[in-house]
Amino acid sequence: MRIKEEIPVFAGIMDITEYIQLVFTDYTLRTITLGTAILGAVTGMLGSFAVLRKQSLLGDAISHAALPGIAIAFLITGAKDSNILLLGALVSGLIGTFWIRGIIKKTHLKSDTALGLILSLFFGFGMLLLTFIQKQPNANQAGLDKYLFGQAATLVESDVWMMTLVTGICFFVLLLFWKEFKILLFDADYTKTLGFNTKFIDVLITTFIVLAIVLGLQTVGVVLMSAMLLAPAAAARQWTNSLGRMVIIAALFGSLSGVFGTAVSASQNNLSTGPVIVIIAGIFVLVSFVFSPSRGLLFKQIRFIKNRRDLQLHKTLSFMYNIVKTHDDISHPHAIKILNNFQGYTKETLQKLVRKNYVHLEGNQWSLTKEGFNTAANLYNQQSKTDE
Amino acid sequence: MSSAQIEIQVIASLVAIACAIPGTFLVLRKMAMISDAISHSILPGIVIGFFITQDLNSPLLILLAAITGIITVVLVEYIQKTGLVKEDTAIGLVFPALFSIGVILIAKNANDVHLDVDAVLLGELAFAPFDRLIIYGVDVGPKSLWIIGCILLTTLGLLSAFFKELKVSTFDAGLAASLGFSPGVIHYGLMSVSSVTTVGAFDAVGAILVVALMIAPAATAYLLTTNLKRMLVYAMCFGVFSAIMGYWLAHILDASIAGSITTILGLIFFVVYLFAPSKGIIAVLFREKQQRTEVFLLTFLLHLKNHNEEGERHVNHLNEHINWQKVRSKTVLDLALKNNMITINNKIVSLTEKGNDFTAQAIDYIITNEDTQIEHMKDDFFLFRG
Repeated sequence: MRIKEEIPVFAGIMDITEYIQLVFTDYTLRTITLGTAILGAVTGMLGSFAVLRKQSLLGDAISHAALPGIAIAFLITGAKDSNILLLGALVSGLIGTFWIRGIIKKTHLKSDTALGLILSLFFGFGMLLLTFIQKQPNANQAGLDKYLFGQAATLVESDVWMMTLVTGICFFVLLLFWKEFKILLFDADYTKTLGFNTKFIDVLITTFIVLAIVLGLQTVGVVLMSAMLLAPAAAARQWTNSLGRMVIIAALFGSLSGVFGTAVSASQNNLSTGPVIVIIAGIFVLVSFVFSPSRGLLFKQIRFIKNRRDLQLHKTLSFMYNIVKTHDDISHPHAIKILNNFQGYTKETLQKLVRKNYVHLEGNQWSLTKEGFNTAANLYNQQSKTDE
Repeated sequence: MSSAQIEIQVIASLVAIACAIPGTFLVLRKMAMISDAISHSILPGIVIGFFITQDLNSPLLILLAAITGIITVVLVEYIQKTGLVKEDTAIGLVFPALFSIGVILIAKNANDVHLDVDAVLLGELAFAPFDRLIIYGVDVGPKSLWIIGCILLTTLGLLSAFFKELKVSTFDAGLAASLGFSPGVIHYGLMSVSSVTTVGAFDAVGAILVVALMIAPAATAYLLTTNLKRMLVYAMCFGVFSAIMGYWLAHILDASIAGSITTILGLIFFVVYLFAPSKGIIAVLFREKQQRTEVFLLTFLLHLKNHNEEGERHVNHLNEHINWQKVRSKTVLDLALKNNMITINNKIVSLTEKGNDFTAQAIDYIITNEDTQIEHMKDDFFLFRG
């Protein structure tokens, strides 16, 4: 049985516990939540590879290129079985992918041109077929255009099972060929010299990326599918430098976007699920970009400021060292005044040096401590040993 | 043909020309996907503009949408500059997000907006003639005709004024910068023109066809010529041709005009991709095959020069020694014989004087690897291709 209407609106039920209860009890909501979560997981997993292989826009091209396949599958069978339509999408997506490769490899057109070309041409052809089908007397044709923007509400249990199956296969293949995928990703030439069949591995991973995209067409739609592939992976990339962890985090981000997206669109009137999921995934990316500890913009800025301060500290210290050097007694006191000509000097840096026990202050006079003298002497010899 | 039909074809042709110009430069500058990003991300600009003006053809709407297009470019460049992700990922992140915002804005206000997401993607060229521009009660033609006409004139004016600058900065950004043309101004100028063209063409032909009309004619033309002016002219011709053919295809099939124009574009590209002289796939494969044969021949000749013992030069043992299959050995042998490079006595192959000279030259080239030496050998190679 197919559910034709949009997700039933649970407006007013903003109580989270109540909503969670509903997820477990309501058939439609449960199916959709599960479906989007699984979809997010598989696209996040495979999206990591797409992002790292610099094939981010391939997802966009493939999802658009899948449209004529859906239309042709419908024209041939005349039925709207989602599995057959997705098979058509898979075939046409693969044709698009390999044509893109052919263009890049055999002509002097660049990859961006090839992507844009296949994307727009296939999509235009698909739209021609869709509008052609719409004029046909077959009453079955209504609702084919849900593949444009996706309609999570049309997910049924069998679709979710299908997704689970494909995700399982993806996961299994990923584990099986983990080493090969990883080595191909980071050093393709080395992989070839080791005797791996790079072409096979390449085709395998690309096929699975196409598969993941096709799987999401029903839920998120042709136009926005590429974001589902990219966003979780791009967000996950910011949190780790290990491929394994990146794949896991991307899968997690993907499913969370699916679950939250479904929740938001269910609680509001007139909100289609696809765009909301994409926005949520976008928020994940934004947060990761800003707050990731090692790569994030915020911490990068903080580190930048801290480095600048350290540099000023070092400059002051080495300036003092140059003065002290001329005296036999290193703890010979000097007037603070003479530091005033120096640019890097502020009261604050002086206080900091005192706190670090590099400098001893007495009235208007300062002197370097033994520790400070040694640090300053070795400042440019052994960096970062005594720095904070 | 009714006047409406003529008008549709004129609009489609003008859109095709207006798109081909920035498209050519986008393809050459490897920024083709930017046009895809712009065509999607101007949606929120259009929706917001529509809320303000309540008119799909108002200039303010075009301005707002064009600004959104520029914002997209700036955002992509900003994200790219942070170094957190690569450029293509940055593009792939920005435009779906903006497009989603647009879709949600439409969906939330579905009741008071006569703006359909399908129409945004596809446009409705068939209805274009019904929206007339009326000045002082006089019907002067469809509105979209005027809009796209103005955009086309501006683009043509800018193109002729800045052709030299565009050309230099496209092919040699470093030279352009050192000559004093600001790369930034040219870059953003091109981006603005692309955005405005996209918006102007948008409501006539929709987001996807804009991309197709920008990239496909330019890419097709690029396979046929390496001259910028010719490429521009070819791209415009392909655009106009597919616009008119596409209209009639749609007429016959009773399907979307935008879709059929794209399909014709696709067909043209496919034919050129297969058959283009020297750059088409067939020409490339043929050339690769020739080069392979040439290399085989050379290997064979070198082998002969290196071995005086008869066992190595026996016709029947050829495939064992150089590890070739039978058929290939025979082809190479015949080719060498035909070019008087070798003689066969008692099934023992030996080099002729000509073959000897040629092989010596080849070794020279291989050792020194100087391009000048290969030049006159190329003529020799040419002889083999009988």
